[in-house]
Parts: sequence; C-alpha cells; structure tokens
Amino acid sequence: MNAIGWPNWRRLNQEGIVFAIAILLFAVAALGLPGFLTADNLVAIVRSVSVLGILALGMAVVIIGRGIDLSAVAIMAMSVAWYLQLLNTGTSDGLAFAYVLAGVLAIGLLNGFLVAYADVPAIFVTLATGSFVFGYVRSQLITQDAVPVPQGHWVELLGGVRFLDIPVEVFVFAGLAFLVFLFLRYTKWGRFIYFAGDNPVAARNIGIPVRPMLVLRYALSAVVALIAGLLTAASLHSINTRVVNSTLLYDIVLVAVIGGIGLSGGRGGVRNVLVGAALIGILLNAMTIIDIPLLYQNLIKAAILLGAIIVDGVINPRDEQTAQQGDI
Amino acid sequence: MTFRERLQAWRYNLVPDHLVGEILTKRWTDNAIPFLALVATLGVFGSIIPGFFKLTSLQESTRQLGEFSLVVIGLTVVMLGGGIDLSVGSIFALSCFSAVYVFFILEQSIWLALAAALATGLVFGAINGYLVGYLRLRAFLTTLVTFIFGRALFDILVSTYAADVQLSQASSDVLDFIGDGTFWGLSVSVWLAIILAVITHIALTRSRPGWHVLAVGGSRRSAHNAGIRVRRTVFMTYVFSGFCSSIGGFLIACRLSGAGPGTGLNLEIMALTAAVVGGVSLGGGRGSVVKGLMGAIIVLTMTNGLIRLGYGTGTNQMVLGILLAVAVTIDIRWLKNRHKVLNEVYVAPVYLKMGETQSAASGSGTPYELDNRLSAADHIGLGELEGPEDVILDRDDHLYCGTRHGEIVRFFAPDYNRSEVFAHIGGFPLGLAFDKQGNLISCVGAMGLYSVSPEREVKRLSAETARSWTSIVDDARLRDPNDCDIAPDGRIYFTDSTKRYDAHDWALDSIENRATGRLLVYDPKDGSTKTLLDGYRYTNGVCMAHDGKSLFFAESWACRVHRYWLEGPKAGTAECVIRDMPGYPDNINRASDGNYWMAWLGMRTPSFDLSLRHPDMRKRMTRRLPQDEWLFPNINTGGVVKFNEKGGIVETLGDLSGNAHPMVTSMREHKGYLFVGGILNNRIGRYKISGADPNWTSPASYWGAKA
Repeated sequence: MNAIGWPNWRRLNQEGIVFAIAILLFAVAALGLPGFLTADNLVAIVRSVSVLGILALGMAVVIIGRGIDLSAVAIMAMSVAWYLQLLNTGTSDGLAFAYVLAGVLAIGLLNGFLVAYADVPAIFVTLATGSFVFGYVRSQLITQDAVPVPQGHWVELLGGVRFLDIPVEVFVFAGLAFLVFLFLRYTKWGRFIYFAGDNPVAARNIGIPVRPMLVLRYALSAVVALIAGLLTAASLHSINTRVVNSTLLYDIVLVAVIGGIGLSGGRGGVRNVLVGAALIGILLNAMTIIDIPLLYQNLIKAAILLGAIIVDGVINPRDEQTAQQGDI
Repeated sequence: MTFRERLQAWRYNLVPDHLVGEILTKRWTDNAIPFLALVATLGVFGSIIPGFFKLTSLQESTRQLGEFSLVVIGLTVVMLGGGIDLSVGSIFALSCFSAVYVFFILEQSIWLALAAALATGLVFGAINGYLVGYLRLRAFLTTLVTFIFGRALFDILVSTYAADVQLSQASSDVLDFIGDGTFWGLSVSVWLAIILAVITHIALTRSRPGWHVLAVGGSRRSAHNAGIRVRRTVFMTYVFSGFCSSIGGFLIACRLSGAGPGTGLNLEIMALTAAVVGGVSLGGGRGSVVKGLMGAIIVLTMTNGLIRLGYGTGTNQMVLGILLAVAVTIDIRWLKNRHKVLNEVYVAPVYLKMGETQSAASGSGTPYELDNRLSAADHIGLGELEGPEDVILDRDDHLYCGTRHGEIVRFFAPDYNRSEVFAHIGGFPLGLAFDKQGNLISCVGAMGLYSVSPEREVKRLSAETARSWTSIVDDARLRDPNDCDIAPDGRIYFTDSTKRYDAHDWALDSIENRATGRLLVYDPKDGSTKTLLDGYRYTNGVCMAHDGKSLFFAESWACRVHRYWLEGPKAGTAECVIRDMPGYPDNINRASDGNYWMAWLGMRTPSFDLSLRHPDMRKRMTRRLPQDEWLFPNINTGGVVKFNEKGGIVETLGDLSGNAHPMVTSMREHKGYLFVGGILNNRIGRYKISGADPNWTSPASYWGAKA
C-alpha cells in the first residue's frame, strides 16, 4: 500500500500507469474530439461511471478480501425489478422495500455463508447465485423484461434531483466512495480485510474473525448493488433485467482490476476504483463521441480487460510453490 | 455367556459393518451420487413428460446432447488439469460461424468448413492455453474475458453476415446427413460424442499425456517437482477443449444451417454445471469423462424438460444456479469430509471372548512366568538402530536386521561394532530368512516378499495373491507381509497379517480384531503366490519344524500358535498347538535343542480382554476419542518363550526391568547366543543361553553344513 496522496513515481505501479493513461486519453480527447471538454459532457462522463463506480466499490471490498462477486449485477437488476413489480401490483412501499432488502441480504448472506463456511470458491458460489437470482425473479416474480417505475414514486423523483446541475448519483457515488474509504482505512474491520485478503490462514491464526467478515463483505456487496440498482431505475425510470446478460458485470471487474486492485487480494483501495472508473468513463465517452457501435465497444473493452488481467498477472505473479491447490 | 453378550456377538460378528468403510475407500463411490442423480432425473422427467422415451423424441434431444457432450468432454479435461474454461460457449459459436461462413458465403466444400471450424477452435484454445498455461493467469477470469471477447466478436460477425447466409444457395448432402441423418439409429453428433468420449477416456486413464493431465490437476506443485511440464500440459488441455467445442460448433452449424445470436448462449454455465454435477472436481485431479457425460445428460434433461413442461423465461437459469450451487457445495464438502468419515467408520470391531489364561507374573509358578534374564543381554547397535523387527545371522556370523528407514543393516562379526547398510529396500523389512543359495528373503511391510542376493541385488518376489470374489477391499494386494520361512523344497511360506490395514496401522487391527490374517506360499519355480489359509486374527511368525514336514505359525491377537502340515496324512490342514497364552506371539524360530523360540510382542491385560467382549465400546472409543487415548493391547512388556514340538512350554525369558527388551518381536539362536530384536526397540540384544549348543547355527540347521 502506498501512502495517501499522489502515486509514488519512483515505483511505477499499475495504478500510476493507468492514471497516466487516463490523463493522456483525457488530453487527447479534449484536443481531438469536439464537444468533449464541455461542462455537460464532463458531467455526463462522471454520471455514466457513477453506477459503475458504486458497483465497483462493492466489488473492490470483496476482491481485497480475496473474493469476487459475480452476482452483483443480477442482484442489482433483479432486486429493483422485484421492488418495482411489488409497487406496481399495489404492495405498500415500506413492505415492498422490506421484502426486497430482506431478499438482497439473504442472497448476500448465502453467498458469504457458502464461501466462508462451506469453503466453496467464491466465483462458483456467486456465479450460481447470480444465475439463480436472475432465473428465480424473472420466472417467478416479474412478468416482463423491463419494469417501469410507478408514476410519482420517490425513485422517479430521485432521478430528477440536481445540485449545481450535477445529478444525484454523482453525489451518492462520492459519498459512498468516502464512506468505503473511511471503512477500509480507519476501522479495525476495514484493516482486517486486507489481512484476510493477503493471507487468510495467517489472519485466522492471529484471531481475526475471518469467516464472519467474509459473510459481511458479501452482504455489503449485495446492499451496494441494491443502491446502484435504485439509482439506475431513478435515472432511466425503469429497470431492464436484460442488463444481467450484458457485459456490465465485466465492466465492474474491469474498473476494479484496471485500477490496480490485485485479484489475489490484500491490495488496493478506493483510490484505485476512482482511477479505474475515470479511465473507463473517459474511454466509453470518447468511443461514444466518435460513434463506435456498441458491439465494437464491447470488443474493445474486452481487449482492455484482457490486457489488464495480463498486466495484473505479470505484476502479481502466482507462485508455483505456494499457490493454493484448486485456486482457479 | 450372558444374553447381552450373545446379542453383541451376533450384532458385531454377523453384521458386516466393515463393508461401509471398505466401500468408502473405493474411488467409484465418487460416482454414486451423480449416478443416482442421473437415474432420478431421467425417472422424474421421463414420467411427467409424455413421450419422453419415444424414439423420435430421443433422437431429437440426443442430437443436442451430442453437441453438448462434446463441449462438456473438453471442459472436463480442462477441469481435470486443474483449470476451467468458460469460453467454450464463444468457441462453440465462433466455430459454428467459421463453418457457416466458409460453406454458405465462400461456398466451399463442407470439409473445408470443418477445417475452418477446427482451426478456429484450436487457435482460440491455444490463446486460452497460452494465457493460463504459460502466463499463469487465473483460469476463471481469463477465460471469462476471452469468453466476452469471443462473444463480442461473434455478435459483430453474425450481425454483419446474417443476411448473406440467409441468401446463400449452398447445399450439400453431407451437411444434411450430418445435421439430420442417423446412422444405426443414432445421429452423427451422438456417434462423434461417443467416439471422442471413448478416446478421451482411454487417453486419460491409459496414456502418458492423460496421466500428466491428472497429475497436474491432482497436485500442480508435485507434478512440477516431478519434472512434468506443467505449463505445456495445461496449455494442451485448453487446446483440447477448443478442439472439442469446435466440433460441437461445426455440428450445430450443420444442424441449423446457419448461425444466430442465440448460438452457444449460456453454454458455458450449462457445461460447467454439467461437469460439476457429474462429479468432476473443481481444482482438478478427480473426475472422469463418464462423470462429465452423466452431468451432461442430467443438465440437458432438466433444462429441456423444463422447457417442454412450459416454464417461462429464466427458469433454466434458476435451475442451473441451484444445480451448480448444490453440486459445487456437495463436491467440496465430500472431498473435504470423506476422509474424516472414512477415518471414523473404518474401524469396525468384532466380538471375541478370549480364553482363560495362566498367569505370567513372576512368582506365579506357571511355565509362562516372566523373569528378568533378558535385561542382562549385551546390546548391539544401541542408538543406531530403529525398529529391528527381525534379526538373522548368516554362515559367517554376520548379523542382519531391518530398520524403520527401509534398510537392511549388516553388523560384522565377531564383535558387531561395525555396521553397514546391506541393502536399501524402501519399505519396512520385517521377517527375514536365508534360502539355500544364501539369498536373504524378507517380508517388507506394505510392499511384499523380497529377495536380496549376497551381491545385494534386491528383487521383488511377490506382491499379490489371488483376489477373492467376495471381498470388497482389494485383498489381492499384500498389505502387511509379516514373517516368512523356507521349506526344504525352496518354497517360501509367509504370512500376511491383515487385509484391512496397512503395515503401519497394525495396532488398529488389534482393536478391530477381525480375522483377516492369511498364510501364503510363494513358489520360486513358477513365481506364483497362493493363499493357503485365511481368517486368522493377525497371522505373524512362521517357522519350519525341524523335520521340514510342517510349520508353526503364530496368530497374534488370539494368542495362539498353529501347526500347518505340509506332508503326511494331515497335509494342507492346520491345528492349534498352543492356545490361550498370556502374551501376543510374534516371530517363531528354531532352537538348538530341537525346540522353538517364540517372541511375545506384548502381554494380554484383563482390561483389553474385557474390551474385546464389548465391541460397541471399542467402536465408540474409535469414533469419539483421539487415537492416543485409545485402549490398546499392552505392548510395553514382552518376552521370549521356548516351546517344544508338541506345543508344551519349556521356559520363558523376560525383561521385567523394562530397560533393554520390554517388548520382543523376534529372536534368533546362533552359536550359543540368543539375538533379540524388537520393532519398537533401538538395539539388538545378545543373550548367552546357558547350556546351548555353542556350534549350532540356523543356516546349518536349515541347509546343512557349509558346502
């Protein structure tokens, strides 16, 4: 971990490189692309990465603890879809929200329980629960792919809230980023996450409650996903469950990994998420301005993610002698 | 016998509890759960879907099954090698597109289309393999990314060329046959899947590359250290997976005559679920092609069944999610706990009421009365030796013994101060005997019967006997060869003490007390090994009688000595000559005065005798207590007993001080001295026998004076 502040130039790390690339890209786009360096567009960039960034914050906490949450997008979309469906069929707001929150927490706890106590690898648990959440909500609880926000509901109003012409999700992102930063940096359990991610066995041996903390992280990630989902619904006035099958999930991993949060755990922080989100935001915005079709954008993003993972693998290589068997 | 005891005897001696543990030791129990799941799935869906088992319906669904199975076979191989391949869906789709492009748009032959599909798959697989194998990236995320990449590429290609494919006039009989035809009632895809499955199975189980894959998956580090090219092996598994997926893609191209946005969608999670549900372990090393295929049938039956039952969008994902979560959890828990369960249930004690015995306490006046004579023995190799189970001397008076470190050590006459490693065997050499040619024959614990020539050449004589039909545990293997002796005709008679425990777990056998000890014979003429007697409680020492017409063998946990006749009217039968001794007998050897020496490795105690009448108590003990708190037979006191041809006890020697020879597993008389060994001792004792023939040696007694 570096100290807070500017990247350490003497030891050029991934975060520094990515930050430099982001600045470079920003400069190039500002010079080369018409309409890039306008206030509206800059707000649009920040806004476009807000939801992504919020999801990446949850993902970051999980990854630092040597896990991964592939169910985040499914939870995000399906919880809100169910919430809106309940509202549309006349359930009272409080009760509907209670149901949804309970459901989200239940999935988060299930993820955490299976990972922590059943020792099942996180990728399989969350892949399975993600599939299950999507399948269950889609087939049993809602009737169509997209669920609209009811007229005049607070979620709809939330989408219209502006401070200084900046939409509310930007502030939510900033606020959450600050909270997660405080949590990771200044609370005991936040520090413990690094220990547990760096070496779970040693962390357990010195008395850190590794397993309950794992459960907590997955529950936290699920709640963060719910918040992101509500903000998505607020800005779009509906939620489309097809987003689960899109590449959004990989964008989240991309933001976290490209910012320099090592997938082997124990490394990184909120700053890495911000750097990653900045790069992806600028990149997506630039690609949209020069009118690259969505399909090609996916291809480019996948290529970048692949590059990021390769760099991650080279910087944090796995050791043949100490790598855990079955750690895939 | 009280009624309660009689009930216990029936309960524990007639109910075959031990089979549970033996079944659990079998690798095929891993298959049992997926197989039951397969039967249940087919049963449930077969009964609720009308016409499920109709031929036409089966042909249609098996066509899809063939393609899917191909993909699963590839994924299975990757998983066996310790990796995972999530990009199978993309490879499948891209290969399908390659074939479609070459055939419909370039209007080339179907074989060129096949080549294009295969090339696509191999290249894609090689990229995965390079990233995961050589660059050692994390398999899951890397293939996830290549999956997105491939999918994005496929979406672009399909949206670009979809219209051209629609307009194409190309057609081919071969394509139609591959897509729609059947051969002996089965579609081409099923035939291909079967052929590939058979080849893959044979390659995995019977070829060097296949073993390398399993070795890498089983323990990457050990494989690396053993010199297997881990990176190349991993690379090849991904290439193979790409190959399998590309065949699947080619087949679907033929079946659908085109490629659409839905081609290969969700295939990766289906294939992954199939492999895991079938029982292919995450992390590698455990699983088989058959398991993958069972999983493929389960998953496809479920998903297709649910569609045919009319459940809506999302049901598939829900079911796949549940299946995957449950299967992965069971897999992990099973792998982790099977060993524990096995440890708990393997020991299955039986009931035995030991006969009343005479006291061995000093001053009791019985023939078994232990004294303190052995404490006066000189020591040889004190502190250098660990575990001289048996000792023997050759014609030149050199002394040989086995050690815990897997060596046979030779001490040089006349003072036995100098020693050397005579031969390295590897296992724990137990019983020793010299044959006529001067070869040293040894029973090596957990390995078999070995021969060491005077030139120190180690040769394995026997490691197995005939497999009995009713035994679940593999009783062909010699688990605990214990002692041997050689008949005048050169045949080697030896004991295998237990079928249920390996040599180092011999104490567990005493707690279980099941009669599984055997007497075997090895014939050097044809190299065969035969089982002569079976069903003794830990057969141990063997000694040829002085006339060579019968042999004595000890049955340790029953405290008995039997005589087995080689010739005469009772040939081939055994009779008990000494019963209900106060000690547990071990090796037996000839004495100079025409009698026999027998070692006692331990003494009976009233408490352990009582516990033998309470198998329930011993069962609870083995389940609930840590092993070092179990009640074991007392092996801290032993002795040496001399008995005559009729089984009468002549005298008993002991070491009540407990300093030199608390327990004795063997003794050998040589030129008026008795050499004493113990499996838990750190020395060999040399005891001067008063009144013994100072010229008598064992080799001369067996094979006559020096030629």
